[in-house]
Amino acid sequence: MNPLYLLFVFIASSILGYLIIKNVPSLLHTPLMSGMNALSGITILGAVTATGLSVSTVNNDKVFIGLLLGGIAIMAAAVNIVGGFGVTHKMLKMFDKKEKIA
Amino acid sequence: MSNTLYFILCGLLSVSVLFGISLMVKVKTAVAGNFINATSLFLGIVITMIHNNIFSVWSTFLFMMAGIIIGSTLSLRVKMIQMPQYVALFNGIGGLASALVGVLSFLGIGTTESNYPNFIKVTSFLAVSIGLITLTGSLVAAGKLHKLFSQKPVKWKFHSEILNICLLILMAVTFGISFADVIPYGIIILLIVSVFVSSLFGGAFAIRVGGADMPITISLLNSLSGVAGAIAGMAVNDLMLVSVGGIVGASGLFLTQIMCKSMNRSLREILIGNTSVVGKKPTDKMNHATDVLETNAETNVSVVELRRNELTNNCDSSAKHSIKETIITSRVAVKSDPGEILNSAKSVIIVPGYGMALAQAQHLVRELSDEMEANGAEVKFAIHPVAGRMPGHMNVLLAEVDVPYEKLYEMDSVNDQFASTDLVIVVGANDVINPAAREAADTPIYGMPVLNVDHAKVIFICNYDLNPGYAGVDNPLYTRSNGVHLFLGDANDSLNEIIGKLHQL
Repeated sequence: MNPLYLLFVFIASSILGYLIIKNVPSLLHTPLMSGMNALSGITILGAVTATGLSVSTVNNDKVFIGLLLGGIAIMAAAVNIVGGFGVTHKMLKMFDKKEKIA
Repeated sequence: MSNTLYFILCGLLSVSVLFGISLMVKVKTAVAGNFINATSLFLGIVITMIHNNIFSVWSTFLFMMAGIIIGSTLSLRVKMIQMPQYVALFNGIGGLASALVGVLSFLGIGTTESNYPNFIKVTSFLAVSIGLITLTGSLVAAGKLHKLFSQKPVKWKFHSEILNICLLILMAVTFGISFADVIPYGIIILLIVSVFVSSLFGGAFAIRVGGADMPITISLLNSLSGVAGAIAGMAVNDLMLVSVGGIVGASGLFLTQIMCKSMNRSLREILIGNTSVVGKKPTDKMNHATDVLETNAETNVSVVELRRNELTNNCDSSAKHSIKETIITSRVAVKSDPGEILNSAKSVIIVPGYGMALAQAQHLVRELSDEMEANGAEVKFAIHPVAGRMPGHMNVLLAEVDVPYEKLYEMDSVNDQFASTDLVIVVGANDVINPAAREAADTPIYGMPVLNVDHAKVIFICNYDLNPGYAGVDNPLYTRSNGVHLFLGDANDSLNEIIGKLHQL
């Protein structure tokens, strides 16, 4: 894909994201941060693609490096995603719980 | 799957992530928002795997399972008090993943042919650098927060020079990358150089950040982890990775801005490494100010010591008086007894700070607020944006002990209420209530917005000691002659004492 498109997507989504996130009250800043943290695990898409392609491509002499580095990347990103969303959920439940008591 | 369909799906998922975030504006809908984000991310993985036709590669599932098991165990076991270092650590793990994706793309492993080889080289290289800076920076920050090493800013000789040289090398290497093929193994050499230099940069950057500057650093690292992901996405040509990475980067940047504003620092200052008050190169004027402050601090310590002596003498004559009460009575000649004030107060504002987190005193804070409410008082909590060690730290701790979030007030909405409040109880906060930030122009915290605690008629301060806070600026509240009651020592003991007084009458 043309790099200019990618740069455009990057800038557009940053601006849109910023405008939306601006409305999050400071009350929820920690869950917001840990939620965003989980989202940064999106890099798993790159890791899965790289690992998958390095294995599935025939006549590839670099399969081992691909599996090793890609595997660590997948694992790290998965930890990030699951841990991040898990803990965000835990925190938000804590805030929401009082809603019912109050 | 055709390319067009794939792009449309990526776009839809990015929009649904944005929608999920927009639900995080309200507490009621935030859980759903988080769920939508997680689902979008999961669907993104599925679509990417279908698009690249790699479902047959079973090893990826093994790695994913391992990550899922580790991640879910961590998230189940983490305690709210460990949240700052947990978030910091996870920023770093995200950075590591992006850096590895960058390395693979750099080496041309698992990539498809591209018409723009230089763009791929530069972006994958940047992904490696930014990812590793995020990783080492976060590890150091998490280590500091977990008290593995000193919370104080560590300043090396030539610290700024080291950071600048690292940056220069990284820039030079980024530009030189297109020509790396000229030398044999040029690419590998450049990669190794960048790995070392960016790791050093991240560590050096984070190690000189002190405790109270952590909210800024964590937000910045949060932003970097997103940017690293977005750039890795450009390197591997993945649309969704680019857009979601951009969103995360923007979110981190937004939090960083808020934190900077609340501490009266500019983002530029942070970026060039001046993240800590102490790390700043003092000018002559600053030097003078620090001298004054140091003398002040010494006097303060000697005052406390004097009082301690006084106290040991007193102890023989009146054993009933506790240490703290002696300090209070000797310091403030008040007519009314704290117990009376507590029982007659109709409106109360509680100001928590990092000290509450350190002492794990949020349970007693809740108990105190319950007791006061049972007494007919209206209790509010005033939360300074940078109280604690990460954005929203105090809110999370108070939510943990079921303080309804309607009672948590942001600085701007509560600041003009201090004057009309019967009683303000400060629990482990110092710099964020220091009136010197408004008045003393030569102090490092001058200009930082603070809670107007000093406008209140009666203030109870439950702090560990009378030493200046992180910024090293003496707090005039401690020496105010009327209306200030000091409860020194562990916040739990002080709060128990206050609750005890409430019961006395």
